[in-house]
Amino acid sequence: MAAGNPAAKFIAGGTNLLDLMKLEIEAPQHLIDVNGIGLDQIEETDDGGLRIGALVRNTDLAADERVRRDYGVLTRALVAGASGQLRNKATTAGNLLQRTRCPYFYDTNMACNKRAPGSGCTALMEGAFSKQLGIIGTSDNCIATHPSDMAIALRLLDAVVETTNGSGATREIPLEDFYALPGDTPEVETILEPGELITAVTLPAPLGGVQMYHKVRDRASYAFALVSVALVLQDDGTGRVALGGVAPQPWRMTEAEAELPNGAAAVITRLLDGANPTEENAFKITLAERTLAAMLAEARG
Amino acid sequence: MSPRNPTWRVKRRTVLMGSAAAALATASNTGFPRMSHAQEAAAPVGETRMTVSLVVNGEPRELELDNRTTLLDALREHIRLTGTKKGCDHGQCGACTVTVNGRRINSCLSLAVMHEGDEIETIEGIGTPESMDPMQAAFVEHDGYQCGYCTPGQICSARAVLAEIEAGIPSHVTADLMAPMQVTEDEIRERMSGNICRCGAYSNMMAAILQVHGGQA
Repeated sequence: MAAGNPAAKFIAGGTNLLDLMKLEIEAPQHLIDVNGIGLDQIEETDDGGLRIGALVRNTDLAADERVRRDYGVLTRALVAGASGQLRNKATTAGNLLQRTRCPYFYDTNMACNKRAPGSGCTALMEGAFSKQLGIIGTSDNCIATHPSDMAIALRLLDAVVETTNGSGATREIPLEDFYALPGDTPEVETILEPGELITAVTLPAPLGGVQMYHKVRDRASYAFALVSVALVLQDDGTGRVALGGVAPQPWRMTEAEAELPNGAAAVITRLLDGANPTEENAFKITLAERTLAAMLAEARG
Repeated sequence: MSPRNPTWRVKRRTVLMGSAAAALATASNTGFPRMSHAQEAAAPVGETRMTVSLVVNGEPRELELDNRTTLLDALREHIRLTGTKKGCDHGQCGACTVTVNGRRINSCLSLAVMHEGDEIETIEGIGTPESMDPMQAAFVEHDGYQCGYCTPGQICSARAVLAEIEAGIPSHVTADLMAPMQVTEDEIRERMSGNICRCGAYSNMMAAILQVHGGQA
């Protein structure tokens, strides 16, 4: 059904899609309600990890005892996002597929290459409001960020997205490869094909270590990140770092993580090497470094 | 970023098509706009209206609706339960909060036809002026409002917040994810952040919620 009609969309929680439909940003011809088809359980995998059904609600994922105990960074990221009402409805797959909150994507009177390809990028025009927007992985056509907190933690944890298509074929996509950078086609956000449906997200066996998610935003609750940092730090000083609020996808690089024993500045210098911020959002580089420094100090006691 | 290209693996796991997936066509003449800036509006595919059965405040209701009708509009415009309020209509203000199968949601961001068989509770089902729910009585006692427009949503949320803490659902301010959850001012403030009050009656709502919790404990 979905494969046969490119203007069809799956709907699960609907918390982002219906918002966008009211604003005329999304105009599907046909909605396919995927609720009630299962995919709402969290199961243990043979290799000691978890398989999270695509329709597991954000609240249930955050509250799952195994997630709270073994993947604390994921619970922390989930509860840093949205509101209680939205988390009760929003799903794991829908969270990954939510659209950017760039103000020019949302304002249909403004040019936006993501919403209307070829129309231009208002965010890059003189006098634009770009404080909230991306500093790395962006292009001359789009500097939008991916708004998810959950995705930052999943990227840190090396999550894999499982999908199926209309003919029953399945594939497993590491989250690292799931999102497409904007380049010349900012309207293409993932490598999913028409009609392809996310069925689950799997997590490898727990990493242990100290797990933290710090989100810096303009108010204490219910706001999107200026910068967020997901961290796993092991006793021996090694670990993993992923950034949110800075790029069109969760931003992580193993070469940067190798710098963890050398401190936050070394990590962020490497991780944000090649950043191309606007005048309004260049502060995000400093903010990311200081946020990570504070977390490392806290993690090391 | 080195985009590898994960390949398809065919296995017969008929997860979706032909299952309970309901198809909803989207267009015609309610709330949602006709034309898109993203693409020219195309003709809808399939039926544009459906019949849905809900249980609202314990009472079975059958409605024949445009598929695009939100749960909020179904409650207000079709069932005429106008206690639930439309504030922003985008999930940002919380005025439309109701509980569905016991969980609070923004009724403005949910299509009514996607709630077949669901149990909806609105402010009208929580209590009446003659027989108020303890949370309603505490809001009255502590002046937990000024204009009152956000109040139904605040009360639905406040009751759910205490239930969520009781159920062990963590929040952004929960210090220890594995310890029993506590009812504290910080927890209530964080968990109520999806309900905006432009009159700023927050401190009085806090007093009301803490009183109800104290009465339960």
